[in-house]
Amino acid sequence: MMNNILNFLEKLGASFRGTLFGLGSGARLFFLTIIYSSDSFKRFNLTIKEIYFTGVLSLVIIVVSAFFVGMVLGLQGYYTLEKYGSSEAIGVLVALALVRELGPVVTALLFAGRAGTAITAEIGLMKTTEQLSAMEMMAVSPIARIVAPRFWAGMISMPILATVFSMVGILGGYFIAVLVIGVDDGAFWSQMQANVDFHNDIVDGAIKSVVFGFTCTLIALYQGLVAPPTAEGVSRATTKTVVISSLSVLGLDFVLTSFMFV
Amino acid sequence: MGENLISINNLSFGYDKELLHKNINMQFNRGKVSAIMGGSGCGKTTILRLIGGQLKPNSGNVIVDGKVVHEQGREELHSIRRKMGMLFQHGALFTDLSVYENVAFPMREHTDLPESVIKDLVLLKLNAVGLRGAHKKMPAELSGGMARRVALARAIALDPDIIMYDEPFAGLDPISMAVICDLIRSLNDALGATSIIVTHDVAETFSFADYIYFLADGGVAAEGSPKQLLTSKLPFVKQFIHSEKDGPVPFHTEAPSYRSDLSL
Repeated sequence: MMNNILNFLEKLGASFRGTLFGLGSGARLFFLTIIYSSDSFKRFNLTIKEIYFTGVLSLVIIVVSAFFVGMVLGLQGYYTLEKYGSSEAIGVLVALALVRELGPVVTALLFAGRAGTAITAEIGLMKTTEQLSAMEMMAVSPIARIVAPRFWAGMISMPILATVFSMVGILGGYFIAVLVIGVDDGAFWSQMQANVDFHNDIVDGAIKSVVFGFTCTLIALYQGLVAPPTAEGVSRATTKTVVISSLSVLGLDFVLTSFMFV
Repeated sequence: MGENLISINNLSFGYDKELLHKNINMQFNRGKVSAIMGGSGCGKTTILRLIGGQLKPNSGNVIVDGKVVHEQGREELHSIRRKMGMLFQHGALFTDLSVYENVAFPMREHTDLPESVIKDLVLLKLNAVGLRGAHKKMPAELSGGMARRVALARAIALDPDIIMYDEPFAGLDPISMAVICDLIRSLNDALGATSIIVTHDVAETFSFADYIYFLADGGVAAEGSPKQLLTSKLPFVKQFIHSEKDGPVPFHTEAPSYRSDLSL
């Protein structure tokens, strides 16, 4: 009995220490990235290339998902609002849900699944095939050449993707509510214009997407760098990227929402 | 022997608490091709990483061109590494860059040379390894031997003073092996460089190396010119050079008795 308790405490302590170590190493990676960023900004074309991979190539999944999410919001919102005779407010509902929550959160989850995993797998494989070691031996810092451009690409792409998500989602809602169900076109847009506040809704949503972009990109980079140099190690790191990013995004969303909108 | 460019002094190194190297001393002379030989897992590659400053010794030091490697700051370490070229076991080519861009990489990173000069230099280096015609290919399109030759061209891109080779012959066909042997010697002599080869291929290494170190049991088991080592009476050296099954180096790892493992 005593042994079981001791074992439990030991495991708890080890896992706490591991988490603390991960957070510390992540913070160290962030500061190193900032320090080396000036080197990478000198050749901004590296960052632009990464923006293409993480941002532009994520557009298809973002646009398609956003349109469907918007359509579902339009359908669900209409049937609920109709019960209270306020189906014209569907535009506000769709816009607020997307701009405040679904835009940043779903984009971040999709970003972690598409771009985050790609970053982790790529860096993990570069480590496995000694490309990072080769770079170090050539007196080129992998943080400046590999990590910093990907970090800034994620930071730049994520808010833009979240904005695209919200815009396309609103169009999806418009398609269902106005074009399919027949809610008044003018009411849809005017209610939205009257009730969506630039500072409280749009800017706060944008802040969320910046925080999520930072979190997802840093987690993906960190997991790639610490992945054991084996096939199994890289596959586990990729899975960890999705799991940790998703949980962090949802947790942070709660914290940010409670500060911003309550 | 001539002037030391690299010296390893009373170096001990280990991962965790177990020491891989115990009090090792080695000297690598300017202009010479030296080899570090020994069985798999004896820490040969680790020596190269210690020379390059990627690992820190537990005690002792590595001195490159008068500077203690592990005591240098980032900038100083980079300036030491700029004098080095390293050929990794599997080439370690950047898979997202073409052969041309791989060789151009160190030039673009460390020089402000105009594109026309970089082009001439890249083609010159690729010509030296016989792969000028493959400059447009991607690393995935190359065979193992070709990838290693491209990596060699990249390693010598900035005409380094020190060239380190990690298992340059592993997994190569006899023709590629002969070509690489020839290249190592000729590049060393043409560039006036100092080469260190980590390998366990006896015949090839003995044919062109100037000085050889044998590593075993965490220390230097034997050293000397190929001629001296060929006549060595040391049991370890004899066993290694003549590929003998019986000798001081066991084939089997430590294990309980076979009978007990089979529950007989």
